[in-house]
Amino acid sequence: MISNMSKLSQPHLLGIKNITPKDIELIFETTANFKEVINRPIKKVPSLRDVTIANIFFENSTRTRLSFELAEKRLSADMINFTASNSSVKKGETLLDTVNNVLAMKVDMVVMRHASVGAPHFLAKHIKAKIINAGDGTHEHPTQALLDTFSIYEKLGTLAGKKVAIIGDILHSRVALSNIFALLKMGAKVMVCGPPTLLPKYISTLGVTVEYDVQKALEWCDVANVLRIQLERQQIKYFPSLREYSLYYGINKKLLDKLNKKIVLMHPGPINRGVELTSDAADSHHSIILDQVENGVAVRMAVLYLLAGAAA
Amino acid sequence: MLKAFLVSSQPRPMQKKLILDSDLLDITLNRLCQQLIENHDRFEETVLLGLQPRGIYLAELIHQKLKNLIKAEIPLGFLDTTFHRDDFRRRDTPAKASETRVSFMIEGKKVVLIDDVLFTGRTVRAAMDAMIAFGRPAKVELLVLVDRKYNRDLPIAADYVGKYVNTIASQRVLVEMLAQGHKQNRIWLINND
Repeated sequence: MISNMSKLSQPHLLGIKNITPKDIELIFETTANFKEVINRPIKKVPSLRDVTIANIFFENSTRTRLSFELAEKRLSADMINFTASNSSVKKGETLLDTVNNVLAMKVDMVVMRHASVGAPHFLAKHIKAKIINAGDGTHEHPTQALLDTFSIYEKLGTLAGKKVAIIGDILHSRVALSNIFALLKMGAKVMVCGPPTLLPKYISTLGVTVEYDVQKALEWCDVANVLRIQLERQQIKYFPSLREYSLYYGINKKLLDKLNKKIVLMHPGPINRGVELTSDAADSHHSIILDQVENGVAVRMAVLYLLAGAAA
Repeated sequence: MLKAFLVSSQPRPMQKKLILDSDLLDITLNRLCQQLIENHDRFEETVLLGLQPRGIYLAELIHQKLKNLIKAEIPLGFLDTTFHRDDFRRRDTPAKASETRVSFMIEGKKVVLIDDVLFTGRTVRAAMDAMIAFGRPAKVELLVLVDRKYNRDLPIAADYVGKYVNTIASQRVLVEMLAQGHKQNRIWLINND
């Protein structure tokens, strides 16, 4: 009766690296449908009403967590929240024990953020629930990359052949890595730009070009995705001062206006206004930062829907 | 069970029987439009909602015909029922959604839901659920091109029916529309042996 069935090639969403371009296209199509849903007067559909989801956050988050929570609520899922700071993790419980205890309460899916690279991959091997990686250390942040690429796709109509510059702290950024995977899979050209100390040594082996001059990067690209300087992850000094960083790598409205072309300005948040982006640039007509946030809920609804609906 | 009786030991080629050809279908659509006009007069308080994915072609045809007959604009929307289906997680793969395009509120309106084939009634149930997100309609009616009798899982009946067909569950009704890229508007009954 229903010929129109489709599912992702993976039972979990651990990263962009191990999903296919077809998966991304399916997520985009489903995202567009959910975007229509969340713009209705009644923004809720009953799809996941018999699904229970645990949001397990071992690291701080505002946007991602709110976005996941809202996506779950819009899909009528039951959800429980867990933050490491006020939990038994502080008493010495292991990750696997914590998650198994949560799962013993009959939870179907786990959305997890963890400071350690590969934590969700480890869990996927040891537990039965479906797992969505909401950021693992400096490794991947797949839903952020999906919402970023979806936002570009929505704005420019396609990703194939589009030039995207990722500017800033590439070394500590899971957003950068996931974005690079997603953009290359969808046929975009990718450049990374930042001070040499904040670019991983072998980044060009991923198939991206490297640029140290932010002005040249802006002249080259159709889309500039500006990343935050992740001071909390920097154990040593990678540049003399924030003031110097913003002088050389900060993007302001004057710089954008001088380009004399249409450019799409993105930022995954949280913005450090005055460091990587000035206020007049972040709030300019080039910016699609708030569209990204809106798309974030729709993308997460799509991922939850597609993973929850597929047989294990 | 029934199938076991019907299927002979020799595999038979797929049987295809024409239920409505292009001319008959046109006559049927005209009749459905006249029936709608009888009940809705000038369509001032009425909106049409075609059900995705296949009901939208029929909805567009009816919408066009009605516009020519009464010379007035009638709101037409497309409603996708995917996220309201009752079989989520009961199949191996989730159903793929289609676009919902409802640019008007249905609060207090008379809604005519339009689909090509009425079979188990589950799609219509999901559609009524999906529809409520756009307001509380004064009245809801159902128009279908083909009503497959004796196959209902739910207490749902159509108000306007193009053609009643007696079918068994293993059969399939195939609606071919010009708008879907077919050569003619035609409806077939197919035996899946």
